[in-house]
Amino acid sequence: MIAYLIRRLLYALPILIGVNLLTFALFFVVNTPDDMARMQLGIKRVTPEAIGKWKQQHGYDKPLLFNARASGSEKFSDTIFYNKSVGMFVFDFGYSDDGRSIGREIQTRMVPSLAIALPTFLVGLLIYITFALLMTLFRATALDMVGVALCVFMMSVSGLFYIIGGQFLVSKLWHWVPISGYAGGVDGIKFVLLPVLIGVMGSVGASSRWYRTIFLEEIGKDYVRTARAKGLSELRVLFRHVLKNAMIPILTGVVVVIPLLFMGSLLTESFFGIPGLGSYTIDAINAQDFSVVRAMVFLGSVLYIAGLILTDISYTMVDPRVRLQ
Amino acid sequence: MKIVMLWTDAMIFLLLATALASGWYIRQRPHLLLPWQRVARSGAGMVSLLVLSLFVLVGLLDTLHYRAALPDKSNGHTVYSPEVLSAFDALAGGLRSRTEKTYSAPLASYLYAKESIATADGKTLRDYPRLKFGGAHLGDPGREGAGDVAQRALLGAAGGLLVGGLFAWVVVVGWAKCSLPTRDAHASVGGHSCPPYTLRALMIAALIIAALIGAVANLSTAYHVLGTDKVGQDVLYLSLKSIRTGLVIGTVTTLVMLPFALLLGIAAGYLRGWVDDVIQYVYTVLSSIPSVLLIAAAVLIMQAYIEMHADWFETAASRADLRLLFLCLILGVTSWTGLCRLLRGETLKLRELEYIQAAQAFGVSSFRILTRHIVPNVMHIVLIAVVMDFSSLVLAEAVLSYVGVGVDPSTMSFGTLINAARMEMGREPMVWWTLAAAFSFMLVLVLAANLFADAVRDAFDPRLNRTEGAT
Repeated sequence: MIAYLIRRLLYALPILIGVNLLTFALFFVVNTPDDMARMQLGIKRVTPEAIGKWKQQHGYDKPLLFNARASGSEKFSDTIFYNKSVGMFVFDFGYSDDGRSIGREIQTRMVPSLAIALPTFLVGLLIYITFALLMTLFRATALDMVGVALCVFMMSVSGLFYIIGGQFLVSKLWHWVPISGYAGGVDGIKFVLLPVLIGVMGSVGASSRWYRTIFLEEIGKDYVRTARAKGLSELRVLFRHVLKNAMIPILTGVVVVIPLLFMGSLLTESFFGIPGLGSYTIDAINAQDFSVVRAMVFLGSVLYIAGLILTDISYTMVDPRVRLQ
Repeated sequence: MKIVMLWTDAMIFLLLATALASGWYIRQRPHLLLPWQRVARSGAGMVSLLVLSLFVLVGLLDTLHYRAALPDKSNGHTVYSPEVLSAFDALAGGLRSRTEKTYSAPLASYLYAKESIATADGKTLRDYPRLKFGGAHLGDPGREGAGDVAQRALLGAAGGLLVGGLFAWVVVVGWAKCSLPTRDAHASVGGHSCPPYTLRALMIAALIIAALIGAVANLSTAYHVLGTDKVGQDVLYLSLKSIRTGLVIGTVTTLVMLPFALLLGIAAGYLRGWVDDVIQYVYTVLSSIPSVLLIAAAVLIMQAYIEMHADWFETAASRADLRLLFLCLILGVTSWTGLCRLLRGETLKLRELEYIQAAQAFGVSSFRILTRHIVPNVMHIVLIAVVMDFSSLVLAEAVLSYVGVGVDPSTMSFGTLINAARMEMGREPMVWWTLAAAFSFMLVLVLAANLFADAVRDAFDPRLNRTEGAT
């Protein structure tokens, strides 16, 4: 197990290097630091001196990959790539354009993001699986048909509609919870309720339908027939056998997103004014702050790879046949 | 008049030609036609296809672009208007040109906001002014409005029903002809007639849609059926114009994605070895970056790039269009990994099958095995993935436009409509119609696409067919 983990972590390294190179190419080769400076300073009426000054301030006044004028190992270390990208491997994200430490921002903003994303994830999982089990229980009846039709309808509605409609109905018309904002501790609950509700609503259609397909696939298998032949009730078959065996396909899709919960949701956070990583990213996109976007891209891929490894580990917990070596 | 061919126009025509050619190709081959006949037997599938084709029709009309010649000529040369119009604009005519001052509610005759109006005896009055076009023919809108609307709607619906009925009659006659059991040995392989309930569902849907279109068309000659937006543009017109953008995003992205997914997926699965390793590495890297972030990063870069080279573009439309094309490219590059993984897996499975081994034993070249034996046998996966992706891409466009990395703000799309209308909910009284129109159009398009995708998946997925045969 330990050996397997170490190997997986080593495999992750070339992928992260790939991500790093890709983002580096995207951000610095397609758009040269000169272009960035010009964009930050305004396109028109910008003097070469101003560009040079901006570049020096933000540390972009070095060669991209190879510094011929430096000596020794500095030939590689005194470059933009080394300064801006290599540090990410040890989670040193540098500074945003307004001079704040990105690493510190990420640390403080992670908590609000999790406060929204984690309940959404857990409540959602519970509700989707319950709905899917109900539809499976009543499969091929009118109830199932209505359920599936409802799912297709709900997944056809734009996610923006749930947010805008929910905010309007719950906050503006009924005044149940504040329309947006965030607070830590117990006070925060009233701010968290609506985003969680809307987050769950937003993917109830697609997810329930997906779980239903998984359960239906399981229910057609031989062991289910055997269990019924044994005289087990349908409910018992469903909970004791089908649910357990469906865990593997469910985990494949679910565990991978758990680490990504830290990143928060772009849409929800910006609509509800939650100071999490999602709104941080959106603000960076709107302000065209490349260092922040680059840091978030890197963080996202690290978390994704962590999710993949977690998925493998979770298999060993639900399926005794799986052995990681 | 000068015909303008924008980049996305060319892409759409390419797609259309491909679709027509493959349609013709499939018609010739009963074994390929068989699953499509299964689609034709699904009621929901056919009704959604009807709705989709109406959307496509609007989109195609909106793709024939031109620039009108200006009346004044400068030293003998015809000068063209900088505004790029489309055949749809020409057809919509009044819808486009009849703009009001600002917001007005659907079917209203008065403006949304109060204004100072000079009365005949020289005094000024603070009241809701009449609209320039909406209900302008009415003497007293308060009294006559509702009756006039009802009358026009009924008249239009009746006209629509008439046309729809005619269309239905043609379809029934055509259907009866093609569903007759043919003596042809090949044709009898692939089942035939569609059950009458499918036909009935299709007829009813066609009549309802025809009546609706008739009513709306007739009303829109004298009213703003869905109201007007902040600068007084007809919301119905804006919504209809948005359809093209949605379709472009949904289809051109596929066109970009397919070569990557098909080529790399099959190469990885069939050639294995280091090719497989490299391709797997590439798609793991790409898919490990959260797609929204990758899209955002790429769009930001592209935006900056276009801003730097603003002088490349003759018209604002061509710049917005290039941005749309780039968005499709970026979406395509970020979304091929899923399909590629599926195709790789399927090819890995196929290459071990006996018939492939037999072909290899006979000395058939790898290229021929790939094109003759592998590609046709993974096409159902490609088709299912393409139709399933369409609706999620249409939805994604709205979200991306909201985040600020979507289409150009001057391009009409559901995303830009929603984005512009988002703040209007806070007004008093509330301006709800732009949002409602954008969301409903999007819902109908996506719902139809989802239902059609389900019908296609049910017809093509070999795993599902087995259960279908059992019931």
